[in-house]
Amino acid sequence: MVEPVDHESVYDSLLGGDDSQWAFGTDFEDPLAGVDTTVPDGVDHHDLAIYCLMLADDALVMSHRLSQWCSNAPDLEEDIALANIALDLLGQSRLLLARAAAANLSVVPAMPHGSPVPPEDALAFFRTDREFLNVRLVEAENGDFGQTMARLLVFSTWRLAIFQRLAASRDTVLAAVAVKGVKEMTYHRDYAGRWFMTLARGTEESRRRVVAGLQAVWPLQAELFETHSVELSVTEAGVGVDPATVSAEVQVLLEQVLSMSDVERPDIGALARVRGENGRDGLHTEAFSLMLAEMQVVARAHPSGSW
Amino acid sequence: MVGQAAGLSASFPTEQERAFAIAAEVTDPEMPMLTLQDLGVLRDVECAENAVVVTITPTYSGCPAMATMRDDLVHRLHDHGYDQVEVRVSLSPAWSSDWITPRGREALADHGLSAPGPAPQHDGPVGLSLLPTRRPLICPRCGVAEVELTSEFGTTACKALYRCTSCLEPFEHVKEI
Repeated sequence: MVEPVDHESVYDSLLGGDDSQWAFGTDFEDPLAGVDTTVPDGVDHHDLAIYCLMLADDALVMSHRLSQWCSNAPDLEEDIALANIALDLLGQSRLLLARAAAANLSVVPAMPHGSPVPPEDALAFFRTDREFLNVRLVEAENGDFGQTMARLLVFSTWRLAIFQRLAASRDTVLAAVAVKGVKEMTYHRDYAGRWFMTLARGTEESRRRVVAGLQAVWPLQAELFETHSVELSVTEAGVGVDPATVSAEVQVLLEQVLSMSDVERPDIGALARVRGENGRDGLHTEAFSLMLAEMQVVARAHPSGSW
Repeated sequence: MVGQAAGLSASFPTEQERAFAIAAEVTDPEMPMLTLQDLGVLRDVECAENAVVVTITPTYSGCPAMATMRDDLVHRLHDHGYDQVEVRVSLSPAWSSDWITPRGREALADHGLSAPGPAPQHDGPVGLSLLPTRRPLICPRCGVAEVELTSEFGTTACKALYRCTSCLEPFEHVKEI
């Protein structure tokens, strides 16, 4: 006698009735489950939520851009490295989006009645481009590997400087996210800095490309140090960091990499504001709309979907 | 009633120690040679009647294994008679590779993985490091110290890729963080 084999689903026999072992569970959970999300005294809930969205959107959009390298990187090791960095940033973004929702639920887009979409997903997939508050640096096209390294160097140097200060935030959730993020982004910045130097000191072609990459992203770096009124408000309340205060430190660090790489600091003006607005005001470039459309299309097609 | 496994109860003076021992057996989904206790992710187990509150700390912000760890803890404690199991996430203090226990380090080595050295300590601004990280590692397969870093990023968020230049085998190193 041969035991009948159930060909209905190969997964059933793999799982043995216990789906908790399958591919990291069958659903996502609130990344802040069980964490005390009480807003500290004297802090405006809405300002804190908006500030968390700014930091979350920077990480989410940068993460998505880096994930576009998946299966396209120059070799397998860099493919894995870029995916790892994207994953760290996605993790930061999830915590920050959840923190924004916990600080003020009114920032979360309304979903159809009974939709199981959690607040962090509603924020990531159901806001329009004008509602995203990321700096424009992170939304630009990847360009080639050299340009991606140039952007990652500028971005991780800036964000690491912000997060080192954010570790002292009166908001315990932001402080915890920052302490964790500093550990992760130390690896990101070293990775980008080493590749920048390697490419600049490599072949004529690799040098040409990384220098062109730096020039392509340079107009977007001035915006990183402009202070939005919400950033000022949360800084005064002791929960946020005024990005203007990290400018000197970031420039010194970038200068270290540039001089080791024998690359001159670009002399290119900043990308202008549009009607006085930039990324932090929800004003974005064309590349962002296209990226967002691709990132959101599946979730938007299923607003009551369970993932 | 909790005392389903009477034998197990008898070996632990308190209910809390019994619940902790059960939670401590749950393994990491990506590195199943390590228990959550070995990895330093299991921070606390509190017990009242047949309700248990377990506190865990994620290794990396984006670690996708957190949901599975949570499910596995709930399942394991349910199986031992605890009806109400709550898993709390504690973000502070942040996880450090220093929390991996000596037993965990031995388990890593037994399975061909290289255990982390001391985590970097930062007083003041974190310095930029433009030269490849140098770690005094030995190949977990052949034991020689001739190894080279392939990539600071590996198959999971917590690992770097190395290669032994003697036996030529690749191996993974759990990163210092």
